[in-house]
Amino acid sequence: MQFKENQTIYLQIAERISDEILLGHYAIGARIPSVREYAALVEVNANTVMRSYEFLQTQGIIFNKRGIGFFVSPDAKHKITEYRRNEFLKTELPRFFMQLYTLHIPMDEIDSMYREFIENLTSNPSNQAS
Amino acid sequence: MLQIENLEFSYHKKKAPIFNGISLTIQPGSVYGLLGKNGIGKSTLLYMMCGLMFPHKGRITLDGVEVRHRRPETLEKIFLVPEEFDLPPISVDAYVRRNSVFYPRFDREQFDRYLADFELENVKNLSKTSMGQKKKYLVSFALATNTPLLLMDEPTNGMDIPSKSQFRKVIASGMNEQKSIVISTHQVRDLENMIDRIDILEGGRLLLDSDTADITSHLRFIKGAGEADIEGALYSVSTIAGYSAILPNPTGEETPLDIEMLFNYAIEKPAEIERIFANPVK
Repeated sequence: MQFKENQTIYLQIAERISDEILLGHYAIGARIPSVREYAALVEVNANTVMRSYEFLQTQGIIFNKRGIGFFVSPDAKHKITEYRRNEFLKTELPRFFMQLYTLHIPMDEIDSMYREFIENLTSNPSNQAS
Repeated sequence: MLQIENLEFSYHKKKAPIFNGISLTIQPGSVYGLLGKNGIGKSTLLYMMCGLMFPHKGRITLDGVEVRHRRPETLEKIFLVPEEFDLPPISVDAYVRRNSVFYPRFDREQFDRYLADFELENVKNLSKTSMGQKKKYLVSFALATNTPLLLMDEPTNGMDIPSKSQFRKVIASGMNEQKSIVISTHQVRDLENMIDRIDILEGGRLLLDSDTADITSHLRFIKGAGEADIEGALYSVSTIAGYSAILPNPTGEETPLDIEMLFNYAIEKPAEIERIFANPVK
């Protein structure tokens, strides 16, 4: 696995597992690989992968059945979207606002651009990012 | 659990001692990265940990028994993969028959799986393989002995690019809560995400003995940063993609550890590292 330079490894692995759940690699209710299996897969220390699993567990995305392993929660997809939405609002949006502020871009302009973007997206589904 | 207490050693009476009061506890469940400049004593320390060499002062015990006595119950719990070694001119099977008897937890199935992971076919004569191949055989054998303590001296030296990736997979899958692995290495990039505890040897002492989570809670590692971002940096280098730097971490926000940068910082400013990670004397 290629890791980004500016995000901590355990969160990158948690993101990767979340993507895999969204893409249906691991079905709702299915068991995900053991910590050690996943550690071998991404070539990372098992303790780091354990942190990723604990993180996903705290977010309610996976749950632990003692002695059996980790499973995808029934509402995992919803929880992932919820988590990403919160992260976006908390970390990305302030940066975006800062740019708007320093470049003197009024919110009205953004608003109309955003409407146009949505219109474009819905009238031409091939533009949609997968 | 291996315990090193106040280790002192020197090769020559007139020269500065190579170890001047080293204390370290190796706990199960962790991969230790033993780092240090050339000739600083990394291999010597590994040899002492398995009873191949004896300290002048201080002692090393494994589960309470001094390793220098080389008792069978101690030796069956330790495996050393040296940096350079020869294998006897025999087949894999003969090697296993001859050596596995010393390790009661040896698992042939596991060994075969590692060999398959490394894409090693059965050979007639182990001594007629390349250094990289020999390393992979011995690492596979070492992991399959399931000794609680596994020592490896520069294990990725001589391995080709795909083998290094295989090596990480094999270590990650061969590791468990009962084992501890100590790896001395210069190739920190090869093992960056495998190590969860870092030990830096310098000037006869352990400059740093901390787990990676502890390190990243004290220090921030940033890359591709602009000049304004590195204000107050403890250490910084200029690269094509901007500055890479180590900064204090007042907010506790976690960044990915860069071992190479940490090592350079530690060697350049040993006093600072010791102040930040003021390890209580064990």
